[in-house]
Amino acid sequence: MKQKFLKIIFLLCLGCQTDASVWNDPHDSYKMKTDTLFSSFSIPPKRLDPVISYNENEWAIIGQIYEPPLQYHYLKRPYTLEALTLDKMPTIRYLDKNGIEVEEYSDEVTYSEYRLDLRDDVRYQNHPSFVKDSEGRLFYGDLSEDELEKIDTLDDFEKVASRNLLASDYAYAIKRMAVRQNHSPILDSMQTYIVGLKVFSETITNIAKEKKQDQQFLDLRPYDISGVKVVDDHTLTIKIEGRYPQFLYWLSMNFFAPIPWEADLFYQQKGLIAKNLTLNWFPVGTGAYYLAENNPNRQMRLLANPNYHEERYPVLDENEIEASSVPKELLKDAGEKLPLIKEVVYALEKESIPLWNKFLQGYYDASGISSEAFDQAVQISSTGNMGLSSEMKKKGIALKGLVQPAIFYLAFNMVDPVVGGYTEEAKKLRQAISIAQNQEEYISIFMNERGIAAQGVIPPGIFGYEEGEEGTNTVVYDWVGDKRVRKPLEEAKKLLAEAGYPNGRSEKTGKILKLHYDTTATGPDDRALMDWIRKQFDKLGIQLVIRATDYNRFQDKVRKGKVQLFSWGWNADYPDPENFLFLLYGGNASVDTNGAGINSSNYKNPEFDRLFDTMKTMKNSPERLKIIEKMMEIAREDAPWVWGIHPKSLALSHEWYTNVMPNAMANNTLKYKRIDATLRAEKQQEWNQPVMMPLIILALFLIILGLLLSRAYRNRQKMVIKGGEK
Amino acid sequence: MFAYIIRRILYAIPILIGVNLITFMLFFMVNTPDDMARAQLGAKQVTPELIASWKEEKGYDKPLFINTEAEGISKITETLFVQESAKLFSFDFGFSDSNRDIGSDIKERMFPSLAIALPTFMIALITNISLALLLVLFRGSVLDTSMMVIAVMIMSVSGLFYIIAGQVLFSKMWHWVPISGYESGWEGIKFIVLPVIIGVFAGMGSGVRWYRSIFLEQINQDYVRTARAKGLSELKVLFGHVLRNGMLPILTGVVVIIPSLFMGSLIMESFFGIPGLGSYTIDAINSQDFAIVKAMVFLGSVLYIVGLILTDISYTLFDPRVKLS
Repeated sequence: MKQKFLKIIFLLCLGCQTDASVWNDPHDSYKMKTDTLFSSFSIPPKRLDPVISYNENEWAIIGQIYEPPLQYHYLKRPYTLEALTLDKMPTIRYLDKNGIEVEEYSDEVTYSEYRLDLRDDVRYQNHPSFVKDSEGRLFYGDLSEDELEKIDTLDDFEKVASRNLLASDYAYAIKRMAVRQNHSPILDSMQTYIVGLKVFSETITNIAKEKKQDQQFLDLRPYDISGVKVVDDHTLTIKIEGRYPQFLYWLSMNFFAPIPWEADLFYQQKGLIAKNLTLNWFPVGTGAYYLAENNPNRQMRLLANPNYHEERYPVLDENEIEASSVPKELLKDAGEKLPLIKEVVYALEKESIPLWNKFLQGYYDASGISSEAFDQAVQISSTGNMGLSSEMKKKGIALKGLVQPAIFYLAFNMVDPVVGGYTEEAKKLRQAISIAQNQEEYISIFMNERGIAAQGVIPPGIFGYEEGEEGTNTVVYDWVGDKRVRKPLEEAKKLLAEAGYPNGRSEKTGKILKLHYDTTATGPDDRALMDWIRKQFDKLGIQLVIRATDYNRFQDKVRKGKVQLFSWGWNADYPDPENFLFLLYGGNASVDTNGAGINSSNYKNPEFDRLFDTMKTMKNSPERLKIIEKMMEIAREDAPWVWGIHPKSLALSHEWYTNVMPNAMANNTLKYKRIDATLRAEKQQEWNQPVMMPLIILALFLIILGLLLSRAYRNRQKMVIKGGEK
Repeated sequence: MFAYIIRRILYAIPILIGVNLITFMLFFMVNTPDDMARAQLGAKQVTPELIASWKEEKGYDKPLFINTEAEGISKITETLFVQESAKLFSFDFGFSDSNRDIGSDIKERMFPSLAIALPTFMIALITNISLALLLVLFRGSVLDTSMMVIAVMIMSVSGLFYIIAGQVLFSKMWHWVPISGYESGWEGIKFIVLPVIIGVFAGMGSGVRWYRSIFLEQINQDYVRTARAKGLSELKVLFGHVLRNGMLPILTGVVVIIPSLFMGSLIMESFFGIPGLGSYTIDAINSQDFAIVKAMVFLGSVLYIVGLILTDISYTLFDPRVKLS
């Protein structure tokens, strides 16, 4: 009898396990079966205004919504710009001081004029700001208290409309950038390039102040920048001081995304601002997607823009495929109309463990690899090659890696009397330290092999980076056979002795050389790293004092040059060597520019600076490469940095998420990706069947416990009645 | 009682000013307005001009406490402290440094926090009191001793362990509920089951032990003996008499918590992806957003004061001997 009962229970459990539907689905189960991408964000974006936003997590959203004139080709490598809202790439005319056209490399070049010819089929997303009355005024431009009461979200507006993109929208965006109150991070650098922007900025900032005091809207249409001309509805010219070929890269950034005047005025209404309905939180763009829901504390949702212009998945010829090493499976959708995914849901996931588990359950389509999950996801072979673990392979997960266009380095403060300076002794001290810092060991211990040792300032993928012997930093490495080998420690000790510190002691005073390293790594988790850094200096007999401080104080000390050694990093804005080499340009020295300069090690070498001035306006060519090689040779010899590492990012994606090609420069890549929702739904069912046995055991346990307690209670009651209770 | 409440509210004003002053001093001791500007504007391309314009726009260009350039009363009023504090007393929290209306954000985040905190609080209260009464009923037995050992064990383990273990067991291995997420309305029940169970379980050790000690003080009182002599069942004695007489110390600890339930729980909300108020203050401290920090500290203080007043009022409801005057 007892055996029969157990058998029935077991069969029941088995039945439940195979037939039950999925219980742990965190998303809308209907959406799971549609072309919807499920992704996450760990830090909510602070702002979504293209004129201010400069963070990666903000660009990941607005990159899909706004369209600057240019974009990076999704598949071509090295990174290549192409027209996005333009008919063709901008045409550039070079002008002398009188405005007469001259040759590109003529000494008389005073201005460059960029002509942007816009496509005529680009339309904005539907939005209430575009609704106008019969006289052309904004229908929702002056909302009354009563009307505002009924509005909590943009969906509460009954009418929406759209209109074509105009050249004046790009001009309007540049004017918005000039308004100081908008805090555009690139205003100060753009003022040195765009003709008339500085004067315009001063004027418009004062006007904005007055308008604010008078509680009036600021309409930028009546004001003009002398260097920005709207030729007609589809043509815009921007005049630049001198030659600045990198301006094209800026034209691919969201700072230059169009802003319709209607949206700017619509969102200036106080009643809407009080409801968090602002341009900062509800963008209005022409991109492949529009923001349908914005709750940065929970979820952000993008929907395909029904007004999106004609754009197709890139088609490459055989030569281009070979040159860019594009895998065949990335070309299956060549020629397909974009976007391929109709909806994107970003959910807030602050902790990495739930995010990782949901990815494994198939509820997120892609994931990064946190340090906690690294061993589960990745296997490193004895030869150092990285591959997926068998568990990941079994699930059909793909691994994509990319060396980031970024560098993390250990900087010497060149104005410091001990580690700075340009004497032979100072150089040798820095070179000795550079050799002793074993970056390969650091990458292995602290980065799970997710990085490569830097040979100079320029990372892979950027013009000027060289592989092999040509790209080797001969101050720190020897080229042996066909690989780089770090110089032996004896070499470093020899250099240290020549620098006046034999065995780490000063020849003059006999004291141990004591250096100070400033860091923000103050937590207990950072202790191992600090011990490792200390050990690198200890190898040379140098005593390293670690000065841990908070980020504010740390930044302040670096700006004022009150540090000796510190770690810092840089991420590329655009794929040009100028964007890295300017980190060592003397004119950008932090202490000389009241902290505004980007050269935080305060390195100044006249020859390097001269070469930089020549190189920065050149197009990529063998001549430019020669200059860069020369600059790198100078910098390696002076060793203002221990060159550190170029980090490698790893990403995992499920087999139903395709067309994934890492692109470190482009922000608008969602439109190219595809989801196989049927396969996803099947896999989710397979991986997430509820296990019923524990539930039944728990229920049985509670029943038995209840019975026992009931019996015990009755006994207790009897005992009280009998007078046994005290 | 009305006069008592008015008096307590008036007492609250200097307390709130003091709390605000301390918050202000502590915040600006660690962060300068320049640091705040840099934190908001990002790490790249931040020029002195940009910082100056940000400070001017946000009002952080004013002196902290005394404006030497102003005349008369403006010396005090045209300062950062007064400008930032004055509006708080009318519950106008203003805008965060990322230009979001703080009042709207608090309203929006309060409900998800309550969705977890309120059921956790109610279920924990009922469960812990019932278990404590059960242990009092079987006091001195093997059940009582073993439950006390288990209670100490529950107390000794970090709450984070229960969260991770719960997620691994119930979501990852058995696939019963989603690991994390949030949905409003009935759809959201599947998301709050696990955090509520974990919240109740994690607090069970200390709760049961505390209530048990309160009830043990009551169980040997004369009125309990009288109740038994009348022939009442043990359940009626415990729930009808012991519980009622043990309410006063329970209320002291419990009612004061009720208003703070709005403020949510940092760890629980972070791990379960609940968009509540739990992480609002910590995120603001990390991003050096003083507008949010001051608003949340002010709100926390107000809720605590409200909790204390409610506690006093609740005494009069459960003990007729207590009079508020």
